[in-house]
Amino acid sequence: MSTQFSFHGGVHPPENKRQSTGGPIQIAPIPEQLSVPLSQHIGAPSDVVVAVGDRVLKGQVIAEAVGRISVNVHAPSSGVVEAIEARPVPHSSGMTAPSIVIRTDGEDEWVEHSGLEDFRAIPKQELIDFIRHHGISGMGGAGFPTDVKLHLGDDHIVNTLILNAMECEPYITADDMLLREHAEQVVKGIEVIAHLLQPHHVMIGIEDNKPQAIRALELATEQSKLNLDIVVVPTVYPSGGEKQLIKLLTGVEVPSGHIPADVGIVCQNVGTASAIYDAVYNGIPLISRIVTLTGDALGHPHNMRALIGTPLQTLLQSAQLREKDLYRLVIGGPMMGFTVDSQSIPLIKTTNCVIAATYNEMPPAPPANPCIRCGMCEQVCPAELLPQQLHWFAKGKEFEKAKHHNLFDCIECGACSYVCPSNIPLVQYYRFAKAEIRNEEAEQRKADHARQRFEARQARLEQEKLEKELRRKQRAEEAAKAQAVKKDKAVQNSEKAESSGEPDLKSLKTASAVARTKLKKAQKALQLAEDKGVGDIDKLRQTVTELEAKERAAQEAYDQAQSAPAEQPVVDIQQLKTNAAVARTKLKQAEKALAKAKESGEGDLEALRAKLAEQKAKTEAAQAAYDQAESGGAPQADVNAVNLDELKASMETALGKVDKAQKALDAAVASGSPAVEKMKAGVEKLQGKYKEAKAEYENAQSAPASAPVMSAETLAELKADMEAIQGKVEKAQKALDAAVSSGSPAVEKMKAGVEKLQGKYKEAKAEYENAQSAPASAPVVSAETLAELKSDMEAMQGKVEKAQKALDAATASGSPAADKMKAGVEKLQGKYNELKQAFLEAGGQLPAAQPDAAPVDPKTLKQTVSIVRTKLKKAQAALDGAADDVELQTEVQRLTQAHEVAKKALDTYESEQNDKAAAEGIDLKQLKIDAAMARAAVTKAERALSKAREAEQDDLPEIEQQLLAAQLEAENLNQTLSRFTD
Amino acid sequence: MDIILIAVIALLGLALVFGLLLGFASVRFRVEGNPLVDQIDGILPQTQCGQCGYPGCRPYAEAISEGDAINKCPPGGQSTVEALADLLDVEAIPLEGGVEEEPVKKVAYIREDECIGCTKCIQACPVDAILGAAKQMHTVIESECTGCDLCVEPCPVDCIDMLPIETTLNTWKWDMPKPGVDLIVTDLRGELKQGDAA
Ligand code: SF4
Ligand code: SF4
Ligand code: SF4
Ligand code: SF4
Repeated sequence: MSTQFSFHGGVHPPENKRQSTGGPIQIAPIPEQLSVPLSQHIGAPSDVVVAVGDRVLKGQVIAEAVGRISVNVHAPSSGVVEAIEARPVPHSSGMTAPSIVIRTDGEDEWVEHSGLEDFRAIPKQELIDFIRHHGISGMGGAGFPTDVKLHLGDDHIVNTLILNAMECEPYITADDMLLREHAEQVVKGIEVIAHLLQPHHVMIGIEDNKPQAIRALELATEQSKLNLDIVVVPTVYPSGGEKQLIKLLTGVEVPSGHIPADVGIVCQNVGTASAIYDAVYNGIPLISRIVTLTGDALGHPHNMRALIGTPLQTLLQSAQLREKDLYRLVIGGPMMGFTVDSQSIPLIKTTNCVIAATYNEMPPAPPANPCIRCGMCEQVCPAELLPQQLHWFAKGKEFEKAKHHNLFDCIECGACSYVCPSNIPLVQYYRFAKAEIRNEEAEQRKADHARQRFEARQARLEQEKLEKELRRKQRAEEAAKAQAVKKDKAVQNSEKAESSGEPDLKSLKTASAVARTKLKKAQKALQLAEDKGVGDIDKLRQTVTELEAKERAAQEAYDQAQSAPAEQPVVDIQQLKTNAAVARTKLKQAEKALAKAKESGEGDLEALRAKLAEQKAKTEAAQAAYDQAESGGAPQADVNAVNLDELKASMETALGKVDKAQKALDAAVASGSPAVEKMKAGVEKLQGKYKEAKAEYENAQSAPASAPVMSAETLAELKADMEAIQGKVEKAQKALDAAVSSGSPAVEKMKAGVEKLQGKYKEAKAEYENAQSAPASAPVVSAETLAELKSDMEAMQGKVEKAQKALDAATASGSPAADKMKAGVEKLQGKYNELKQAFLEAGGQLPAAQPDAAPVDPKTLKQTVSIVRTKLKKAQAALDGAADDVELQTEVQRLTQAHEVAKKALDTYESEQNDKAAAEGIDLKQLKIDAAMARAAVTKAERALSKAREAEQDDLPEIEQQLLAAQLEAENLNQTLSRFTD
Repeated sequence: MDIILIAVIALLGLALVFGLLLGFASVRFRVEGNPLVDQIDGILPQTQCGQCGYPGCRPYAEAISEGDAINKCPPGGQSTVEALADLLDVEAIPLEGGVEEEPVKKVAYIREDECIGCTKCIQACPVDAILGAAKQMHTVIESECTGCDLCVEPCPVDCIDMLPIETTLNTWKWDMPKPGVDLIVTDLRGELKQGDAA
């Protein structure tokens, strides 16, 4: 016997134990139906492994443990699984829980089973698993899976093993009877536990109101080799509480919030020890237990060994229940148990007592009065709490404070309620408060979890957005790069083309002034040569006979040069200097040509035709241009000045000019100029040529030449230019020859310049032949750019066809067709923009990357929207007429939906475009407005121009200049816009 | 004079030392973010339903910290309002739109054979509680669902129900006791020994 300690508080309720200890433990009859709940323990419910209709044998596993804190469930007797469903279970809530229902066959046929021969011989883990698989869980209290406690030796130093045989609650005698009859089994079970936990000291705590049990225990432990003490303690409720028992036996207080193992102590119930014995020695799983049947409503209160799952009814009947006296059926003790309503509730592993109480035995609780602060509750509380305070907090729902007053140390022993003079149901308040707090905590956990998930989601979305943005930016950058590369390439191409002997571009560009000077010098030299003619020729003849021919050629060239104005070659060279300048000049020329055609009418045409007939290689258009050039030297020079300023004007600008040229042509057509006939023929003839020319221009960034694509006259002019350049080159060469022959000091310089020009000239000639009289810039074409040219040409073809059609239409209908023409040209303009865009984006090298590849066609979208809208309106109107036409109604609904969808698509597209533009710092709306205004300005300028022409005003060039500027502006804006709207 | 000078110097020195200490502490132990917002956010139920008019609980928490009313969260119910009032030391006002009885916890349930796999609900769910893929049947991960209701509306075939969460043995809880019933104590026939402190 060890030293006696004590715990705080405690009460001495009437024991009421004698009733049920009168006779030995009886074996309860096998009921017809067993209802075995899947969750008889704390932790996860077990997993069913049988199906309805299966025959199960006694001791067979019918549900397997799931997770760490869980045990197997076994069939208590043989029979057939009748149902697996929710059945009432012993729980204070009175709720149902999934159970396996077995219809017994009365044979009680065992499954094959055997105990362990020597539990000490197998590894501890296996032994623990063996126990776990035999379904052993705590047989008092909450039913904690025993194997978990047996593992405590792993991570805790267990000094003391305490066996709880207190059974302090009134009425209950199950452990008492077990010890009286089977003390040796219990001790053997203790040995198994001790083997697993290896404690230094084993204590069996038992109250002094069970002398027979104490004697039996003493007998049984006599032979035990364990360091085992039977500690008899005075009877006081609730000495059976784990912490109270520990305090009582060892004087050690388990700190709040800790388990006994933290102070080196493990408690087990003697019933559990007995169950472990059964399992380890006999292989019998936990399928039955000893239960006390007591209460005044029973004729024969006694203890029974009953199968788990036996309905209370069966047990109570075998204890001779007097139905009429039964007032309240209680499971567990009177202090901590709970009332159940139904006798069909089954016995489970933790059911140690069933009280069938009469009214007198357990009358309804008297009404609660207010707390009088008597402090009696505080005096009896074994957990040393302040029950009245806790009650107060629970009632006021001040759970935080209740928690701070260690509400969770309350073992719900009911001692405080028992003594409370005001009959306050204190325990219920605590249970309520605990449940609320647990619930709040669970919700808080869930909320935290939700917050985490929410934030994770937000972060993810944010990330996705960023990535999208990044990708978008990258794409934009790539596009910009591609554009830059394309421009570089274009420049390179043009440079290449120039270096490969292209007369139009590099040399002339870089050394325009030099070239001009040289040309002038050459001309002067030529004149000199002519003047000094005979002498020089004689000298040359004397030295080289070949030079004679050259001289003659020079002379011829000189003659030719004489017939052409001196300025002409200068102007042309300047044109060649700048790509944009060429286009601009051509535009100007086209306009001039138009004006001329208007002013001079047939006379010019006839002359042109005559020239055409005369010169097979040259077109009549070229002739016209030539004529024009003859008379229009000065304005051209002006234009060139402008062009020089706008050297940077890109191909797009040129294309815009082409459009304008087309317009001019349209205007010509509209104004009924007789030149229309000729123009038409010219266009037809020149189609192929100008396609090529256009493509070449684009590639070489000398695209302005593509102007002729639109207008026969412009094309003709272009050709004329080309020819003129050729002529100039020839002249320059001849001049050089002459200079050489005449020993001019400029010969060296001229040689270098003219050598280059010669190469260019040859190519130009070849190109010219190729194009059947293509404009000078056509020769820019090179092998590398051929592929590009093709695609560009293809694109152009469409435009040309359209232009042709428009032209045809205008021609056919005469002047009033101007409107039609305009529409056609507008379309063409759009196409041009697209091509330009494609060209830009493709870097001039990848014509495949055209905006046509854009996933959405805004025009189609808009069309769809308006079509559907119209349809919808019609359908609605029809519906208004015939309100109950179901078909119409559905049709309207369908259309409404379709309209919405289309609209949405359009909206999305538009907003996308807006975003795209905004991302580049451009306000699309503003851009649109600007573009529209610029277009309006162009129209205005055009009108002013035509008016001025009609009135033959003097400030014509000025107005033309204005028009040009306005057109350029509009073109630029349109182009920017087209990038976002195509 | 010397003594005064020494005293002044000593005090100045102390002032300097403590000033440096405090300055260091204010840098070293700086509190990241707004702790008040965190506290408020901790009280809000995190249903993320947006019924408060903000796109989630945290934005509402931020709004509260900037002076918005504390009674706009229906999922939180009156208890949240009270907790907020407590935290912010303001008057607890009734829930906006009248006091609902303790809000019933719900969870979304997709009638799976009706689901057309449009993924709209996935996009709506603020806590990624819905599992599914385009043209595949979708399902709600019950344990993750906050019952915010946001997935119900976008479903084009209306196959999402909000079901009240069923009480299980594990979630069942005791109610506040009604005075005068239910306590099981032994009858009073025997001698009633009171409060022996053993
Ligand atoms: S029920 Fe709780 S508060 Fe009351 S006496 Fe027991 S432990 Fe103390
Ligand atoms: S015993 Fe009852 S009346 Fe007395 S202080 Fe405790 S709760 Fe109040
Ligand atoms: S109303 Fe919804 S989103 Fe707003 S705080 Fe409450 S739970 Fe969060
Ligand atoms: S599943 Fe529906 S109700 Fe549940 S959290 Fe997601 S959106 Fe809200």
